[in-house]
Amino acid sequence: MVPTNYYVILSAILFGLGVFAFIFKRNVITIFMSIELMLNAVNLAFVAFSQALGKLDGQVFVLFVIVVAAAEAAVGLGIIILIARNRQTLNVERVDLLKL
Amino acid sequence: MTAPLIVFFVLAALAVIGAINLIVQKHPIHSALSLIVVMVALAGLYLLMGAEFVAAVQIIVYGGAIMVLFVFVIMLLNAGVEEHTSISKMAGAPGLLLVVALAGFVAATLARSGASVQAATQTGALSSTKGISEMVFKDFVYPFELTSFLILVAILGATVLAQREKS
Repeated sequence: MVPTNYYVILSAILFGLGVFAFIFKRNVITIFMSIELMLNAVNLAFVAFSQALGKLDGQVFVLFVIVVAAAEAAVGLGIIILIARNRQTLNVERVDLLKL
Repeated sequence: MTAPLIVFFVLAALAVIGAINLIVQKHPIHSALSLIVVMVALAGLYLLMGAEFVAAVQIIVYGGAIMVLFVFVIMLLNAGVEEHTSISKMAGAPGLLLVVALAGFVAATLARSGASVQAATQTGALSSTKGISEMVFKDFVYPFELTSFLILVAILGATVLAQREKS
């Protein structure tokens, strides 16, 4: 069997890449996708610990995380459509109405 | 090297390459397609861990529903290649530093407490779908009902946000 450590390290790598994409990318849709990547990394850690401890709680939590991610994607993409309609851009640096 | 370990490394490499490709690609549609690769690889990892229900949900909800929504919005908005200014290029260095610090922190924590995690028993006969359904409808029945309410609110919110304003 694969040691649990490997799964957790892979999860950390994927989460780190998600954080980096969140900071580095300028397109609001890609930033939203990097949030999904971070959620996926957390799900992997949940399932890995669920398997290691022999309990199913982690997998139930993953289901709830997926439900919340689906709701978040629906609302978030609605907000992105609004941004694109009102500002005519998807670049987050152009959305600076609150900037001094 | 045993067969599960080989499968793990293949799928892990696929996931990491997909995540890196998400960052490297300039066009959002290419990023979305590489994110689908990551999600399918993670579904394979869930299967490897014996969590077949979570793997199926991952494919159906993430790979199917959410990513179709993403691709649909990208095409609807006709999103083009992203542009980087000098300030946004500067954000790369602290971002990389943050990622290295995060990975190092997790690795250090694992190295200290790795023995206890590794020593846990591997229960192969864990019937996950039956057990999950029992937990969801017995122990987690109120949170489960609340998620349906959350979905309803999300549907209403998305509809209100995306509709055109009456002039």
